[in-house]
Parts: sequence; structure tokens; C-alpha cells
Amino acid sequence: MPTNSDRQGLPAGVADISWNVRNNVTSAADVLERHLAAIDAREGDIHAFNIVLADEARLRAAEIDEAVAAGRDPGPLAGVPIALKDNMCTRGIPTTCSSRILDGWRPPYDATVVTKLHEAGAIVVGKTNLDEFAMGSSTENSAFGATRNPRDITRVPGGSSGGSAAAVAAGFAAASLGSDTGGSIRQPAALCGVVGVKPTYGAVSRYGLVAFASSLDQIGPFANSVGDAALVLEAISGHDQMDSTSIRRGPFEVSRQLDMGVAGLRIGRIADLPEGASPDVAARLDEAFDALRDAGAEIVDVEVPAFGYGLTAYYLIAPAEASSNLARYDGVRFGHRVEAPDTNAMYMATRTDGFGAEVKRRIMLGTYALSAGYYDAYYGRALKVRRRIAADFAAAYASADVLLTPASPTVAFRLGDKTADPMSMYLCDTYTIPSNLTGDPAMSVPFGTGDDGLPVGIQILAPALEESRMFRTAAELERRAPK
Amino acid sequence: MSQTVGATVSEETWTLRGYEMVVGLEVHVELATRTKLFSASPNRFGDEPNTNIDPVTLGLPGALPVLNRQAVELAMRLGLALDCTVQRSTFARKNYFYPDMPKAYQISQYDEPICVDGWLDLPGSIRVGIERAHLEEDTGKSTHVGGTGGRIHGSDFSLIDFNRAGVPLVEIVSRPDIRTPEQAKAYVSELRAILVAVGASDAKMEEGSMRVDANVSVRLPGAEFGTRCEIKNVNSVRSVGRAIEYEAQRQVAMLEAGESIRQETRHWDENDGRTHTLRSKEDADDYRYFQEPDLVVVDPDPEWIERVRWALPVLPAARRARLADATGQRADAEAILVVTDRDQDAYVLAVAGAGGDAGRALVHVKEAFAEQGERPSVPVADLAKLTRLEIDGKLTATQAKQVLAEIVANGGGDAEAIAASKGFEAMDTSELESKVDDAIAAQPEAWSKFCAGEAKAMGALVGAVMKASSGQADGKAVTALLETRRDIAIA
Amino acid sequence: MGRVALGVVSERITPEAVAKVAKLARLSLSDDELQQATHQLSDMLDHFADIDALDLDGVEPMTHPTPISNVMREDIEMDCLDRDEVLAAAPAAQDGRFRVPPVVGLED
Ligand SMILES: [Mg+2]
Ligand SMILES: [Zn+2]
Repeated sequence: MPTNSDRQGLPAGVADISWNVRNNVTSAADVLERHLAAIDAREGDIHAFNIVLADEARLRAAEIDEAVAAGRDPGPLAGVPIALKDNMCTRGIPTTCSSRILDGWRPPYDATVVTKLHEAGAIVVGKTNLDEFAMGSSTENSAFGATRNPRDITRVPGGSSGGSAAAVAAGFAAASLGSDTGGSIRQPAALCGVVGVKPTYGAVSRYGLVAFASSLDQIGPFANSVGDAALVLEAISGHDQMDSTSIRRGPFEVSRQLDMGVAGLRIGRIADLPEGASPDVAARLDEAFDALRDAGAEIVDVEVPAFGYGLTAYYLIAPAEASSNLARYDGVRFGHRVEAPDTNAMYMATRTDGFGAEVKRRIMLGTYALSAGYYDAYYGRALKVRRRIAADFAAAYASADVLLTPASPTVAFRLGDKTADPMSMYLCDTYTIPSNLTGDPAMSVPFGTGDDGLPVGIQILAPALEESRMFRTAAELERRAPK
Repeated sequence: MSQTVGATVSEETWTLRGYEMVVGLEVHVELATRTKLFSASPNRFGDEPNTNIDPVTLGLPGALPVLNRQAVELAMRLGLALDCTVQRSTFARKNYFYPDMPKAYQISQYDEPICVDGWLDLPGSIRVGIERAHLEEDTGKSTHVGGTGGRIHGSDFSLIDFNRAGVPLVEIVSRPDIRTPEQAKAYVSELRAILVAVGASDAKMEEGSMRVDANVSVRLPGAEFGTRCEIKNVNSVRSVGRAIEYEAQRQVAMLEAGESIRQETRHWDENDGRTHTLRSKEDADDYRYFQEPDLVVVDPDPEWIERVRWALPVLPAARRARLADATGQRADAEAILVVTDRDQDAYVLAVAGAGGDAGRALVHVKEAFAEQGERPSVPVADLAKLTRLEIDGKLTATQAKQVLAEIVANGGGDAEAIAASKGFEAMDTSELESKVDDAIAAQPEAWSKFCAGEAKAMGALVGAVMKASSGQADGKAVTALLETRRDIAIA
Repeated sequence: MGRVALGVVSERITPEAVAKVAKLARLSLSDDELQQATHQLSDMLDHFADIDALDLDGVEPMTHPTPISNVMREDIEMDCLDRDEVLAAAPAAQDGRFRVPPVVGLED
């Protein structure tokens, strides 16, 4: 049993908790109370949550303990406290996307991942803060206030899944779920020093995930260890008939391969990787290659010429899809409404009042990219660039099994540093965006620290559905990470 | 109704001060599925408002569409019935805000529709091209409350029912091949008959499960197409004809007055019998179509397409042709249109198959079986026997009618026995000829008028013969005898 | 947006175009917001001009990450949402239906 209970005095991780609860060593109730205590102690400084579900969680913990007492197995995530990004639908429980326009809305249904977590025996402790509708890289664009980085509360946790990353880093939950459209899991994982995974597009159901950009969105786990992240991914992955883009295959089975090592694996270094990584981050990346070479992997140079065009393709495609996905917030059927004398005026008033500045910016950019006379020059071209990028990666994977890049160009930056200039914020996603465009899996694993002793995350990229080789590499980096 | 159309559609033409009309029709039909196009709530008309709703129908955050296989199959069926090519197709989002459009976009097939390039043959050998038939979702229903009776303008507020939202539609777009109101009506009637025949839709215009928009323009024959206007809200076959006629007249009048037509969407008002401007092209929306990322390509394999093709029933046109063959009448003859429309064509053929006379059977079924359905209560053999007695001269048409009435009343019966019980037996011609000669001799002035070409004078003579034969003489035979005698007399 | 205000604002997008886009998206902008949005969008479109250089002739647009096709469900009814629960969450409802202000300027 791999144990990580000694790590930085945090409560035990997913593996230990579920093992202990299933075998009646500890009760789900005790585990939950330790996490709720951690929340009481630090949530005031960090604001990881939009809502903490203490009562619901306590009832659920009791349910699980009864099951165990009755000799029933609650499942692989038995008693594991998990936090959900607040853009995943939870029946009867507010789901806000950190937007005023959804303030007070309680979905009449559960997202597929929520059902799967329940079936696996997990306990949802709360819904975490995010950049409004997952649009941002710092969790500062939240209608309910920014989330702070547990490693340094003057810094951002990254985004858009900043609340989920912070909740795990602060020990508020043993694991959490985020959504990743352009790096929204991997970048905050890097900035908070936790593991974050963006699975292959279609591997985890999007049903019940409030859409930002449908062809790019993917749900994935945060955890304090690669092994814990693997267990959560196994629980939430697999085909779902409610999602037409869901891949017809069973759940992942990656845990059992974590100890296989990387001997013989070909690790690709992208020779023409776009500039922008700060020296401290670049240094950790070099050390990561060395560590894997020492572990018996072969380091190969590859080229991905179109990599650098990812940012442009992404910031035309994602806002275009978003402009359409967010049109349903019209004050007619649910959520916020500002009354007005006629329907059109009501639309205007409701949307103008309900959406924040960044969301409006992206809706306008996307509307423009799709509008008559501009479609071909912007959206249409971006789709072709997307194809080009996918082809370049396919070629690179002919000579490499996985690729390594930084997850974020820099360590966590200070609150307010990039809010004035949208483009500077967008550049945070330079290294994470391509795998959303291609649909391939990628994850960030902590690997030492950079400036001001803040965590650095290394990104591992793999071809579609090759999560196991990605996790093998991640586990090796975890074992060899600078202490 | 098709029967009034058929006989004329091939002949008549429409022109006004030298202008002809150019018409293309866009018909929306609701498919007869159990559930909606992209979700599992019921596709049912007339339920309590907002009871057939689910997260997808309401466009709730996080909901995702999943395509209904049966809707695709029905679209393929009607496409193949219209001789379309079924092809690889995709869905797109048509973005616009309207309260009865839940997601603020309609999922519709845009540049890659499932069915393309077919045609529809109207009774009377007129072929209308079908440009495309594509799948899309229906909207909810708005009720405008207050103001002047349910009109949008001046209403106090609107109430929305989403039961209809997400109901599967196929939009069938014709080519601009229609040139007369009669053809337009025939197109709609024939399309309706096909939709019902293949089970794709109940196609009830009065319930809105079939809706017609008309694109109308006028031109001098041979000239370029004129600017077209789209006419919406045409809710019956009759108003299709009226709306098109009115709109074409309006356009001709404008051109004659030296004005130019502006491309616009117009609304047909059933009450004042006019079309009114709804939207002009200038303030047309920018729909920002793009491929629906939540749905994947629909690419029916050839095996599926062929299975659907072979399962198609015999279509109305083919059934009319079959009946025309058997009876020796025109395929667009009224009796054939009526009987086929009533699905009694197979019965008529069965009567012929049982040794009966198809032509007589067709007449009797049209005249006497209006209240009966696809399977009339009268046994095929009984009607067959009746028609045989007729063509063997054993019963006159008049007698046959009376015998049939009794057969129908009893749901069957032996024509011979009934005829006997009524004391019918057709008199032989010599007997009839002497009665005719008696009549002529009895009314010389009527006879001379008749010979002078006064057709109505014949009435008196026929009447006399009938009287003499106490109604049993065959009217046709009497007429024939009178005519031959006249021809001899004036020769 | 100091950087943009100082720098040359590209002609890629005009305030008129931004106003049109805002209207399409049902967002209202004050004059200041319109100016700022124009600056910001121009700045972004300048960055995004990097793909103008690419020769993309004959490249197939990529709309989905995974090339799957023919995903369909059987035509089987499932439970509907509870009307009262749904209407209770609506901004305004009446007679079992959703209520909106008069629909004008939107006729279709
Ligand atoms: Mg149309
Ligand atoms: Zn349509």
C-alpha cells in the first residue's frame, strides 16, 4: 500500500483513506471531520469554495460507515472527501460557475461524474471557486471574489480551476475535480504544487459540466499524488451514452502500471517549443529530463512546428463556441433576470448585469469570429490551424512516447499582476492549450520549486488514450522530484 | 383536397398581364417519433404545458443532445420516397435569441443535409424538384397575452410552453419549379399523402405538424427570376393557393406600377386574405452557423439505406398508375384520386382479381363506399359478381345501384338473388327498341326538336321510355338508340 | 489597457463592428466600455494575426478532437423533469408556463 500520509502533515491521501475506510481501520466520519477542521482553519484566507457542504457530507459519511459496518463495500473511493469545481451540476445544490447570472440556480439533475463519484463511495465536501464560466487563468474573474494560493496567499492559485487546486493543496479535500479547456486543470495544479490531469477528450463524460467550449472541455482530477489522481480518474472515466462525444471504452486502469518505471520509454523534448518559460521553470524542466534519463528513459528531440499557433487557434475557437454556449443565459427559464419592458430589453439588461468583464470580452470575440464576413478569416482558419497542430503532434509521437514541457511559463504570480491586460493572462496557457486542441491527454506533476520557493509543475503529454504511459512517466518524476 | 386538383393541374396555367409566377415551397413536418430529436421526453401533441421537458429540451446548463435513431430513419424514409440521395450529414447551430428557442440556438442541418436532389411527381405528370430535406429541432410555443387577441403587437406579456421544443422536424425544400396555385396545392397534397404513406408524419396542417412557407416571385416567361418574398403562416392547402395567388398579383401590380419588389418575409393573413410585411432582408439576423460540437457526423451505411428503401410501401403515384392500368382511366381522373386517397385502391384491384370489372368497381367504390375505410365491409366476391352482371347486360346501371345499396346495407349479399328478389332482369334490345319507337311516335314535336339539335328535347323521349319500362330500362342504352335513330333520320 | 492605449491600435476592428457584435450577443456597452472593448479586441486580433501567414490551402477544418460518427439513441421515453420544480426555479411563471415580457422586435 503506497502511503503518503506523512506528506507535509496533510491528512491521508485517497489511497490510504479508501483502504482504511473499506477495511474499517478509520471511519469516513473521522476522515471527513479532519478535512472540515482544515477548512475551518484556513478557508477564510484562501476562499477555495463557493459553498461547503458540511451537513450533506456528514450524512453521506454516516451512510458509508453504515455500509462498511453492514459488510458492504462502498467502493474504490470509500469515504474520500472530494471537492467539485462549481461548474458541475449537482441536483438541488447551487451550481454557479462563479457567475452572478447563475446565482441561486439549483440544477434538477446530477452531472455524470457526480453520479460516478457517488457510486465509488466518495464524499462531496463542497463546490469550488473558478474564473467565471472557467474563463481565466488566475481565479480572479469570479463574481464571488478571488481564490488565493495556499503556498502564498498573496499569489493566485492559477485558473480557472483555482478553487479545486487550492482545496487539495490546503488539505480541504483529498482530491478534487476540475475542468480543463485550455489548461484550467494543469496550470493551477502547477501553481499550487499538486497533480492535475486533463484526460483524453471523450474519456470522461461532459454531461452535466456547464459548457465553456464544447470541443475542448474535459473534466479531470486534482490530487496530492500521482497514485491518488489515478484512482480518481479510474472512478470517473468510461463511456456515457448521455454524451455523444464520449469514447466507447471502459474506465482507465492506470494505477497498476505506476511502478513500471520508464526504462525504454522515449521522452520527447520539443526543440522548437515557444519561448516564454522563466529561467527557474526552464531549469526544472532540464532536471526532469535528466531524472528520466537516469531512470532508463531515452530522451529524443522532436519538432512541433505549429505548437506556437495554438494560442491563436484556441482564442478564436474557444470564444466562438462559448459565445453560442452562453447564449442560453437569457433570463427566461432559470437563473438571474433583470426585468425590462420587453423581452429584448430584458435579454440585454440580464446579460449585461449577469456576466463579468472577461466573459463579455470572450463572448464578443467569439461572436465576431463567427459573424458574417469574418467566419472564414477567423473561426474557419483557426479550425485548419487546429488540424495542422494535430498532424504535427501525430508526427512527433512517431518518434517519442510522451513529451515534456513546462505546465506554466512561471510560478504563481501575484494577485492583480495580469488582470489589467487580458493578453498577458492568455499567455499563461501557451504550453497547455495544444492538447485541448488535439484532444490528447496531458498532466502536470510537481517537480521542485522555482523563484521564491514556489512550486513548479512539469507537463507530460501523450497521444490519445495513452494515459498509462503518461502516468508511468508522472510516477517516475514524482519519485525523483527534488525534495 | 387532391381530387379537385388532380384533373386540372396538368392543363391550367397561370399568367397575369404576361407575367408568370415562380414558386418554391419550404415544408416543415414533425416526425412521428415517440421521443424528441435529441432527448428522451415524449414527442406528444396536446399534453399539459411544460410536462414533456428534460434538461436538453430546456437547454439547461450542462445538458447535451443525443440523436434519435428513429428520427434519422424517418428522414431517410421520406427522402427516399422523394427519390433523394441520402448522404453523410452534420448538424450546425443556428444562433438567434427568441424566448421559445431554449438554447438561443437551433440545432439544424446546414451545409450537409441528410437528403438531397430528389423530386416529386404531381398527378398529371408535372415534376417538382426537391433541393434538400434536412433534420432540425422544433421550437416551443409562445402565447401572447393581452393586447388585441393573441397578436404579438400590443400584448402585455407572453407565456411559453416547451413541450414542442426539440420535437424532430424535417424541412423539405423544393426547387422553384411551381408555376400555378393549383400546382402548389397539388404539391402540398401529394407530399402530405407520401408522408402519411411512409409513416414519417401525420402531416396535420391544422395541428401544425405540417407547415408551409412559400417563396414567390414573378417574371416575364424566359426572363431572369424576379426578387422573391417568403410567405409564412400558410396553414391549409386552400390558403397555400390563395396566398400564392394574392402575392403574385401584388408583385405584378407593383412591377406594372414601375415599383420594384423588395426581398422580405411576409405573413399570410387568413382573415383579410392578404400578405403583410414581417421582416425585410436588411434587418435579417446574422445566424453565425457553425458545426455543432456536441454532436457527431451522421453517415448511414449503404446497408441501412437499402433496408429503408426496400421497406418503403407502394407510393400514392404508383398506386394511382396501377389503378389507371386496371380501369383504363387517366391516372389523374377524379375517381382514381378519390379512391386512392381513401386507400380503397387495393380493394378495387381485389374485386378485379376476383373476376369483377375494375372500371365498374371503381365507380361503385367511389360512389357508395365513402363512409368505408381501407377495408370495406362488402366481400370482394360480392362486388365482383355485381359488376359481372352489369357488363353481361343482366343489370342496368340504375338497377346495379339499387342492388349495391342493399349489399352495402347488409355488409354483403348475392347480387343475383337480390336482383331477382327485386324482379330485375334486363330487357333485351328488341323490346327496348319497340318502346323507343313508341315514344317517338307518341311525341312527334319532341322528336323533331331533338333532330333539330335541341339536346334537352331528348329528356321527354327518354322519360317516356322509362315510364313504359317502369324505370328498368338502361338510360344509356335508350339514349344510344335515340341518337342512332336521329342520325339515320337527318342523314 | 495601458499598453494598447499607447501602442498603435489596429484597424482590424472598428467601434461600429464591436457595437454590432455586442448587439448580436445581447450585451449593452457604455461609450467607454465600447472604446475599451475595441482596444482590447484589436490588441488580441493583432496577436492572432500570426496565422495569417500560414498557407492552409487544402487543410481540412478540425471541428472535433475525435473522429467518431453515428452516435444515436433508441427512440425510448424516459422520465421528464417535474414541472413545478422547474417553474419554481424560473424567474417568472404563470399557468404552468414560463412568463416573459412582451416579445417585440423579435418576431420570426
Ligand atoms: Mg427555412
Ligand atoms: Zn427550418
